[in-house]
Amino acid sequence: MSLLTVTDLKKHFPTYNQKILRTQGAPVKAVDGLSLTLDAGETLGLVGESGCGKSTAGRTILKLLEPTAGTIEFEGRDVTHAQGEELRHLRRELQMVFQDPYGSLNPRHPIGQIIAAPFEIQRVTPPGGVKKEVQALMERVGLNPEHYNRYPHEFSGGQRQRIGVARAIALKPKLIVCDEPVSALDVSIQAQVINLLEDIQNEQNLAYVFIAHDLSVVRHISDRVLVMYLGKMMELADRNSLYERPMHPYTQALMSAVPVPEPRRDRVRILLHGDLPSPQNPPSGCVFRTRCPLATERCAAEVPQPVELEPGHVVACHYPKVREVV
Amino acid sequence: MGDVRDELGAAETLESRGTRVDRSPSASTSTKKFLRVNNLHVSFPTDDGVVKAVDGLTFDLEKGQTLGIVGESGSGKSVTSLAVMGLHRGTRAKTSGEIWLDDEDLLKVSDEELRSLRGRKMAMIFQDPLSALHPYYTIGSQLIEAIQVHERISKSSARTRVVDMLGRVGIPNPRRRYEQYPHEFSGGMRQRAMIAMALINNPELLIADEPTTALDVTVQAQILDLMRNLQAEFGSAIIMITHDLGVVAEIADDVLVMYGGRCVEYAEVDDLFHQPDHPYTWGLLSSMPRLDRLRQDRLVPVAGNPPSLINVPPGCAFHPRCAFKEFSPRPCNVDDPALLESYPKHDSRCHIPVPMRAELFAERVAPKL
Repeated sequence: MSLLTVTDLKKHFPTYNQKILRTQGAPVKAVDGLSLTLDAGETLGLVGESGCGKSTAGRTILKLLEPTAGTIEFEGRDVTHAQGEELRHLRRELQMVFQDPYGSLNPRHPIGQIIAAPFEIQRVTPPGGVKKEVQALMERVGLNPEHYNRYPHEFSGGQRQRIGVARAIALKPKLIVCDEPVSALDVSIQAQVINLLEDIQNEQNLAYVFIAHDLSVVRHISDRVLVMYLGKMMELADRNSLYERPMHPYTQALMSAVPVPEPRRDRVRILLHGDLPSPQNPPSGCVFRTRCPLATERCAAEVPQPVELEPGHVVACHYPKVREVV
Repeated sequence: MGDVRDELGAAETLESRGTRVDRSPSASTSTKKFLRVNNLHVSFPTDDGVVKAVDGLTFDLEKGQTLGIVGESGSGKSVTSLAVMGLHRGTRAKTSGEIWLDDEDLLKVSDEELRSLRGRKMAMIFQDPLSALHPYYTIGSQLIEAIQVHERISKSSARTRVVDMLGRVGIPNPRRRYEQYPHEFSGGMRQRAMIAMALINNPELLIADEPTTALDVTVQAQILDLMRNLQAEFGSAIIMITHDLGVVAEIADDVLVMYGGRCVEYAEVDDLFHQPDHPYTWGLLSSMPRLDRLRQDRLVPVAGNPPSLINVPPGCAFHPRCAFKEFSPRPCNVDDPALLESYPKHDSRCHIPVPMRAELFAERVAPKL
């Protein structure tokens, strides 16, 4: 049994017509039919351009946002509409690390209090007391436990992200959604935090949903990778098969656009033209067709269904074809 | 060129660079580079002490070439670009050294001359186009202003030029876009509008400060492509400031790696990536996950944090984080290494002897990359 099973998840945000008040416009389909599974101890990378719905997906899975449709099952229980006490208990198992290490810590609270907040909210007293446990957590993530009473502004970006990690692992959750946890950090610091996340995962058999736009980081950390575009899944495969044999033209374009630290290397470069279409008014048929180099009339007419073309390699495209791009 | 002397060894570097064979054909006729920055210092007095943001930086750049300046936040790369543009004037910053653009020392010219150079002969693309564009004016009127500051030109012919330029930077439907405000543009389109504004007077020097950092990779690829094409067309010199070694590998001819306000390594792009010669550059390369190959091992981060520019560590600024300081024959925490030529046209600032560095890189760093 998978730890997490998400089936046909949708999150639509209502919009209001600017001219006639109180009439609804077309909803923004931020996540539109996403299905995935995740095993204990596994890392699923969620990649895509900004606006593709990857953060909304992460937040909806954690029930920070109420799903519009679809189901979320955690350890076999349907938690799609969990509320109140049930939701509070669920949060012991599901945690989050946020992108912005500045905005996600209360500047008026010392970090000891920030890291202790999960114990307080869940009314849990760890053996040995809260303070001792918090200091052990600080030590675990590479912070000096003596800095217990310092405030967030006294820490660097990398250290603040470690505080966020300590808070997320305080209750020994089974799943953490990491929303761009390293993209605000410098390269040399990025590697420190990635290594920390990997170590903690190995110790505690944690599962991660790792949301990032950086395909190199995702390749390094993920077991499987899901590529999203405009609220929909384009391709889902295990890491090696996705990076070595991408089949969806969007995945190929995305990968070919990433600069590689090796000058004068001949690479395929698939340039996508134009911008992401509005998720309020997505293209008919395949949502990627307006920027796809392979699009035909069929793509405008028919929505491509996800098909498992190789074991574990699912592609939603009418014309999937393996192409090496990296 | 060799008249600048300073204790940091910049003079030696300059002399050795004087014999440098340039790759551009025009260089044979003129020995002087288009842009020459000599021993640039920029510091900011603050209540806590003096922030030495740039501490003795020397580089040059030929037309049609691209220099990549790489470094982490707080390494002084943006301050360098602002100094070249003369944007520290009127602030508390103390700037010294020389910045020669053609035949003018930008640190000596009058404010008025500088204003006439800025936007015409040299232009800058900022990281965040939303805050660099004025929210109250249409894109078109902001671009027209950029022309009219420097030229007497009728509004209708300025308009034609603006619409043409918007089209050239890849903005679809430029006539309609001309009338729109910055908030109506997407991030990528805004950055294109910024590039259009920077290029509208055909500048000979273009400084791009992290122009693609806020953008998605697909849009980044479009913008880098655009900059390359425009450079081929206009022959501008480009300074590309970035923290991304991938971007540098893709676009730069020369690379300057900055750490703690100083240059630690300066080389042609191929040499920098094939024979990186400074432990900090090694650190950057080994801490990056790569798209094109899977690392079996863990990433090798650079330990610790970047230095505070108020209290730069004594000796080599990188020594507290350096994993190789035990190989240095001299005390790294006392002696300040000079920027010396390790190989032809390849300078770096490290006490470890060059052959030993080559060995360390080959044996300890390269296998893990």
